[in-house]
Amino acid sequence: MSVADEVLSARRGAGNNRWSTARLLRRLPWWIAAAVIGIGGLLWIYPFLWMVGASLKNPLEVFTAGLSLLPEKAEWSNYSRAWSDAGFGKYLINTVIVTVTTVILVVLRCAMAGYVLARQTFFGRKVVMVVLIATLFVPTGYTIIPVVEISEQLGLLNSLTGMVLALSGGAHVASILLYLGYFRQLPRELEESAVIDGAGFFNIFARIMLPLANPVTATVTLLTFLGTWNAFFLPLVFSFSRPDLRTLSVGMLAFVGENSTDWSGMAAAASISLLPVVVLFILLQRYFVEGIAGAVKS
Amino acid sequence: MAVTAVPEAPAERRTRRADRPPKGSRQGRNQLWVWLFLTPTVVLYGVYTVYPIIASYWYSFVEWNGFDADKTWVGLANYKAVLADPLFWNSFKITVLFMVAVVPLKVLLTLLLALVLNSPKLPLRTLFRTAFFLPVVTTTAIVGVVMQFVFDPASGPVNVVLRELGLVADGINFLGDPKTALWTVVGVYIWKWFGVTLIYWLAALQTVPDEVYEAAAIDGAGPWKLLHHITLPLLKPFAVIITLLTLESTLKVFDLMLTMTNGGPFYATEVVEIYIYRWAFAATVPQLGFASAAAVVFGLFVGLVGLLQLAGIRAVRKTRSDR
Repeated sequence: MSVADEVLSARRGAGNNRWSTARLLRRLPWWIAAAVIGIGGLLWIYPFLWMVGASLKNPLEVFTAGLSLLPEKAEWSNYSRAWSDAGFGKYLINTVIVTVTTVILVVLRCAMAGYVLARQTFFGRKVVMVVLIATLFVPTGYTIIPVVEISEQLGLLNSLTGMVLALSGGAHVASILLYLGYFRQLPRELEESAVIDGAGFFNIFARIMLPLANPVTATVTLLTFLGTWNAFFLPLVFSFSRPDLRTLSVGMLAFVGENSTDWSGMAAAASISLLPVVVLFILLQRYFVEGIAGAVKS
Repeated sequence: MAVTAVPEAPAERRTRRADRPPKGSRQGRNQLWVWLFLTPTVVLYGVYTVYPIIASYWYSFVEWNGFDADKTWVGLANYKAVLADPLFWNSFKITVLFMVAVVPLKVLLTLLLALVLNSPKLPLRTLFRTAFFLPVVTTTAIVGVVMQFVFDPASGPVNVVLRELGLVADGINFLGDPKTALWTVVGVYIWKWFGVTLIYWLAALQTVPDEVYEAAAIDGAGPWKLLHHITLPLLKPFAVIITLLTLESTLKVFDLMLTMTNGGPFYATEVVEIYIYRWAFAATVPQLGFASAAAVVFGLFVGLVGLLQLAGIRAVRKTRSDR
């Protein structure tokens, strides 16, 4: 109705016509900008489209097809080869197990530490703070040798448990500080009234403070999720002698090493590896963006 | 991520606590809970971060191949060897060069794009945001492997385009040529992590209140004046933080380098972490003491970057409170 009205009224009078041309002209620079950015954006998603296309081509076609995205005939066998022969099904399960447990561990331990450091005075608080801040940023390459050594002594070197513990024990100081900053600005009366209502230390944390910190939990969850899903150095070192413990990223490297010519199989493996996280990202996009943004805003 | 306030209990809160009557057993029980809550962090962080930092120093003074238990004390010999190794300095130089190349490019390009993407007048802005962010969520190691093919001299898409456009006759061996390998990795790295810095800038732009723009627009300021006199000055503190975050993250290029080039060709892309990895894990006879010495030297450099970061944040806080 209203659209038709607009069209009719635009046709009716010259004045209206001029108005819409002016409007178009005013919008034009933005459309040009959008076109320019769009070309750039294509550069950003093309490799992914190309990879999915390559995963359905036959091995020879990958080399001859050049830029084309669509295969002549879809070869689903590439996927079965990557999934069962090369073990990517197993790698996917490993990655999910490692990522989920690491995220849970990190969120819990950082929330607890952040809460205590923000809201309690206790002997040794300063020491804990100084140690945390002094080690705010430690690259994996710096600590990896002793981490491997101690894991071996604990009998955890070639195991997923060892991998998870090492991943959740490294860095993450920023997450503690995010929780700390958030908890510190909550009013003290919250705890006081909860104490009057008879809530104990643990209940105050679990039923009042932690739910309040949901935005921080979302940020920490996403950052840890991304970091762990993508982790490479630690999983690589922890699965040297146990190929069945490889995660997706480590498996990918081994796959290329073992099958240096099987590019379509590689593309299928890469597609299997990337699909879950890309789907998750598209579904939860807003939270991803807010999570990353939350890190810089605070 | 590392920008959060360095906490110090405000004096006002401390006195309020002292004024309160002592709670006796409750206080005691609280202390127990406090340490119970800290246990996971103290244990995990202690075992996997604090201890390794200290142990690295100890390892750096011994000769040790990692296979047998005996470590021979060699004093400063490892350090002497590391500092005398031209390949260590090569890797150090490449690490710094990589930082210097990536940081300004990435920070400025993302700022430009964020300024445009921030305007509600731009069509399809959500779609663009998604497109630029997509590589961020994908696994670095896999990107590295896929990029090996994308830059393949014979049939990789990049060379196909260059040939079709008539820019080159034969394919360029981007990753196989020591002259181009590092710059190719720089490009891929910027491509991969572009989205994060973009989101940082967009978040920063969100903090500029609309009223300021409206008021200035009423006063007759055009888009350039708005940008020059309002947006950019207000972004200054964020610029410091974003630059430092970007700087810091370039130190973690290990995954991408290892999967794309493995430090080669001829050590042209060997950053310090790959150097450490090579001596500690990829060598037939690992030299863990030697690698630890390299790690400690690298750690000192990282510490320096960290200090720079703290100083930067201090400076930002000062300008904020001055306003």
